[in-house]
Amino acid sequence: MKTTIKDTLRSLFCLGTILPFTCAAATTLTIESWRSDDRLIWQRQIIPAFEKKHPNIKLKFSPTSPAEYNAALNARLESDTAGDLITCRPFDTSLRLYQKDKLIKLDDVPTLANFSAMAKLAWQTDDGIDTFCIPIASVIHGFIYNKQVFQELKLEEPTTEAEFFTILEKIKSQGDYIPLAIGTADQWEAATMGLQNIGPNYWQGEQGRKALINGTQKLSDPPYIKALTALSKWRPFLAKGYQAQTYSDSQTQFTLGRAAIYPAGSWEIGFFTKEVDFELGAFKPPVPKKENICYISDHTDIGMGINGKSKNIKEAKMFINWLGSKEFAELYSNALPGFFSLSNHQFVLNNPLAKTFIGWRNECRSTIRNSYQILSRGIPNLETQLWSVSANILNKTQQPEEAAKQLQKGLASWYKPKLAKAEIEKTK
Amino acid sequence: MFISQLNKRWHIPFFITPALVIYSLFMIYPLIESLKLSFFQVDGQEQIQFVGFANYLQLFFDASWSEQFWNAFANNGYFFLIHMLVQNPIGLLIAALLSIRWLPGRSFYRTAIFLPALLSFVLVGFIWKLVLSPLWGVSENVMSVFGLENWFAPWLGLESTALTTIALVSVWQFVGIPMMLIYAALLSIPDEIVEAARCDGLSAWTIFWKIKLPLILPTLGIVTILTFVGNFNAFDLIYVSQGALAGPDFSTDILGTFLYRTFFGHQLQLGNPAMGAAIASVMFFIILCGVCLYLFFVQRKLTRYEL
Repeated sequence: MKTTIKDTLRSLFCLGTILPFTCAAATTLTIESWRSDDRLIWQRQIIPAFEKKHPNIKLKFSPTSPAEYNAALNARLESDTAGDLITCRPFDTSLRLYQKDKLIKLDDVPTLANFSAMAKLAWQTDDGIDTFCIPIASVIHGFIYNKQVFQELKLEEPTTEAEFFTILEKIKSQGDYIPLAIGTADQWEAATMGLQNIGPNYWQGEQGRKALINGTQKLSDPPYIKALTALSKWRPFLAKGYQAQTYSDSQTQFTLGRAAIYPAGSWEIGFFTKEVDFELGAFKPPVPKKENICYISDHTDIGMGINGKSKNIKEAKMFINWLGSKEFAELYSNALPGFFSLSNHQFVLNNPLAKTFIGWRNECRSTIRNSYQILSRGIPNLETQLWSVSANILNKTQQPEEAAKQLQKGLASWYKPKLAKAEIEKTK
Repeated sequence: MFISQLNKRWHIPFFITPALVIYSLFMIYPLIESLKLSFFQVDGQEQIQFVGFANYLQLFFDASWSEQFWNAFANNGYFFLIHMLVQNPIGLLIAALLSIRWLPGRSFYRTAIFLPALLSFVLVGFIWKLVLSPLWGVSENVMSVFGLENWFAPWLGLESTALTTIALVSVWQFVGIPMMLIYAALLSIPDEIVEAARCDGLSAWTIFWKIKLPLILPTLGIVTILTFVGNFNAFDLIYVSQGALAGPDFSTDILGTFLYRTFFGHQLQLGNPAMGAAIASVMFFIILCGVCLYLFFVQRKLTRYEL
């Protein structure tokens, strides 16, 4: 109602002015998002850049807090009150929206060609035919460290697992710093920054991830036991009482300079750069043996699609198309260091830490988190299981072999790999 | 006959109808809808299908659901037990102390003890997480004053202690409510009875056990039932302090958090409204049964004294 009055007033105003074309019916598009932290960046940098080129399209960024986003968005989509543009979570959450016709097919967006197959994977149907969101950004895992501590203790960035633990031993024996800033209170840190961070080196990235989906490998196979074992070796290097240490506790621990190394996701870069007064460095997940190829988790995290009920689909598509442009990629990656554009464009990053992270794409092979595609569709949910199991391993309440068995048992109880494969082939 | 009576007493339907309509619309209708939803399931083609009691059978007997359900149920029972063993006796004790006339600062203590019940769960959860935090919390320092620092542990993070800790935090928050109810009941006991007992030479201790306690038993009954309903509907405190996964390893999971996770989904797990409705219905029946059992077998046997 409010907008109708506003619109009427605006048209009346336009009729009366000498320069009617300046106010030629601007459409306002609303963006639904869970990134409430980024509100200012959208309002001050991204939206003005787009509006400058498309003066008759106005954008409104209206985020919901991350924990409530899925529930709130679903409710708004059901009642037809959701915004025109929907920020897409990767895989099933968005796929289900597409299957319910809440998102439209985007195959005719020209800039989609600027993305690699893997970048688009998270927002396509299982057979890879329909794309329903344009990829925006991924996050990369690694370890952020306090350079001052490294200089003080004369340490060098580790490349292998053995070197990594030697360094941790040294920091521990010196006694002034906590070697690793991570706790298990929120459970997800242990899985996301722990297991999914170091894991790809053990299960050979994409190869291992796809083997799980095809059923040629099991979660109880050696690669997974080895990854879980490597994680279990972190225990002695955590702070006292880490079982009750939350995610924000770990962040504070590191920013205060009490801890030397922070197992991280690149999304921390922006926050850390602002908060710390020491120099930061980053090293990639250590490989088991020197001759091994390195793998990094370069996880497709954010995309954007169009609400099927939107009245401004044409304008929304123009915006979606712009999201695939080099201009946006450069703007976004620099405004939000640590969220890396997924497009194939070459551009320069200003934040040195972000530069280090993105540089690993050239040295190592990228993969995404292994539980995200298809494997978290059933009950028990693989992602949830990974959280509890990884936390249990750090809490010493479970052994790696036992944990791997539990994961496999849970997955096998509802996932039949061969069947799924046959289904994919049938639809082709 | 009925019509003519109605004509005389038209004000009765007139005043009842608004409440009836609102209550039906916002309480009874959603309750029935939710019960109905628990008999349906959404299949692979997004079609809603009637499945009878399949959701309930799955919940009780299918290992992938029942493990979590019975775990949450048992934890809920334990949560209630702690409240009954700690909260209500302490509430009674404080109320008895406060009703001592010559006690100085009575009204101050009354307010101070009741105050946490007015705080929001979010605040309580946050405060206690900070107090008990092994990194920044004061607990370890306070304990070291008494030479107990070796007894300190990250209680909220250990499977063995997390649920008890949370239950005790909840007790801390809500002890004011039984205290207030019991205190009011104690105040309503006429002075004559107590004086008469004193004239008969009874000690304060005997007066409490033989006279005051029987007189406040109905109130204790109400307190029990309120605790029961509150505990089996509990959710907020655990969600705030331990998250939707009620960690570590589901050791603090109660029916409320289990319902939340199932209904709304969590991280990659998509919400399952039908199954969520089944859990909500089970919670409803547990509370209904508890209240009925209490009303039929306890409340009716309580002797009420005309004062």
